[in-house]
Amino acid sequence: MARIFAYIVHKVGVVDDTAAQLAAAVKKIDAAASPTAIVTGRGVDLDAACNSLCASYAEIWKISSEALAYPNAELVRQALVKVLPPGSILLVAHEHFGIDLAPGLSIKMNSAFVSDVIDISGLEGSYLDIVRQEFGGQVSAHVRCDISAGAVVTLRPGAFKAAESAPVAGIVVDKSTEVGVLTAGRRYLGTIVAEAGDVDITKHNVLVSIGRGIQEKENVAIAEELAEALGAAVSCSRPVVDAKWMEKSRQVGSSGKTVKPKVYLACGISGAFQHLAGIKGGPFLIAINKNPKAPIFQVADIGIVDDILEFLPELTDKVHEMHSVAAK
Amino acid sequence: MEILVCARRVPDTSENEIELNCAGNDIKRDELVYSINEADNYAVEEALQIVARIGGNVTVVTVGSEDDEEVLRREMAMGASHGVLITDDAFSGSDGRGIATILKAFAQKGNYDLILTGVQAEDGAAQVGGMLAAMLDYPFASLVTSIEVLDGGKLKISREVEGGNKEMNEIDLPCVLSIQTGINEPRYVGMRGIRAVAAVPIPTFGASELGVDPDAVGEAGAKVKRVDYFVPALGKGAEILHGNREENIDRVLELVAAKGGLK
Repeated sequence: MARIFAYIVHKVGVVDDTAAQLAAAVKKIDAAASPTAIVTGRGVDLDAACNSLCASYAEIWKISSEALAYPNAELVRQALVKVLPPGSILLVAHEHFGIDLAPGLSIKMNSAFVSDVIDISGLEGSYLDIVRQEFGGQVSAHVRCDISAGAVVTLRPGAFKAAESAPVAGIVVDKSTEVGVLTAGRRYLGTIVAEAGDVDITKHNVLVSIGRGIQEKENVAIAEELAEALGAAVSCSRPVVDAKWMEKSRQVGSSGKTVKPKVYLACGISGAFQHLAGIKGGPFLIAINKNPKAPIFQVADIGIVDDILEFLPELTDKVHEMHSVAAK
Repeated sequence: MEILVCARRVPDTSENEIELNCAGNDIKRDELVYSINEADNYAVEEALQIVARIGGNVTVVTVGSEDDEEVLRREMAMGASHGVLITDDAFSGSDGRGIATILKAFAQKGNYDLILTGVQAEDGAAQVGGMLAAMLDYPFASLVTSIEVLDGGKLKISREVEGGNKEMNEIDLPCVLSIQTGINEPRYVGMRGIRAVAAVPIPTFGASELGVDPDAVGEAGAKVKRVDYFVPALGKGAEILHGNREENIDRVLELVAAKGGLK
């Protein structure tokens, strides 16, 4: 059985939530496997990240280098190629770093590549059977992967539940000297923090959130009128920002804001996982969508199959009506 | 600057409901509306904007079949100088590595400073750009949301990272970038534009022209194979309201109030 590794992302010494999820995924590949974590960085942050993994990983490979102070995937890839034994299986979270690192790593390792995995069925001989989604989550696919020469696998954050297993007494192994000099044709310059925007959607109890179903910029007003009537704010999914109908600061999702409202009205939103990843705190989720098969209906509390361009204005009228009755 | 954009024609999820076929092993493909993969269209627009600023040519390439010519013509109508179709029976069933191998062979026949892909296809895995870069030993960056051409054979780019933040990088040319949706506003293509390029010949390349070993690509070379499509058994799912619109509106307001949401 090939050795299984998990590349762990960390920030200022704090490992990402996906660290425990990757450990759980290793067990789904092979329940008997003893996963090895790989962590790159430098200084006290790196040591803190390594030490925090000792309860969940039997071995932690530490790669310390000034060049890896920021996780530039071009440099991390070179480091991994030098330390990973041929035929290894490497797991990494499917987010911006993993997307940068993983496909090229599979080429350099001459191994199989499969991305954004949401479930692992298990091994059959030298084949790994996994599940992933296509078409924005409208359908799933069983995928078979020949791992006889190893594999690089990216896992969807949140798809694997951290296992409650007995803590292990992991040891940190310093692999830094095996890495040598790292150079890349891409250099990290800095990070620009997102602008706050005019409305802070993270502070609202009710969000009227719009997706592609709003169809055109002029229709955004329909959602704004409803939000105004409800004392809510308007947020949106990625396609609305891509089309420049709303500011990036209104986007809910993994590449936008994380919100924790009490009530979330998903209007014309299909429900891609990147969007759902930004909705936390278990709000009451009401979905309105023309497409009865929209994935949003799998996660919503209440679903209404209707055209938001007709439904929302009537909803707004009704709220106004109630207010005027209450005022009398 | 000579720019190569790798593009694909895919079922358009904004136009179709993707459903399983009767056998339950594939999606219904009969009446699907196809279009250029959304992120690829942004990549073509970005290439055109770079060329408009500093000069050069944009070549759009796709690996597929004759049906895919329509997306090449569409991108040529946007302003791409050349469209190229790579097609061969030996290529069908290729996994990401296979497609990258084919594109590498094509890229090496030209002299491209910059290669762009969309970040991911609707039925894809966000893989071909990174693989192609590794095969060519070019630097790579994914999820690119802006490109500025610097002097001295370099670009300044931003990448989309968590929370709407932007990671700024400098990257040497030649390189491969995967383009995120929203990087620009792709121009409109009308029927007139498409008609204007309808007669432009589209060169095609197969395995022998590219010097690709047929055993290294296609079904034979694939390490990764999709076995079937399925729709997972739903969990609880939403309670669907079956009333008329007025009843549904009343229920929604009742629930919003009950959940602490009305002012």
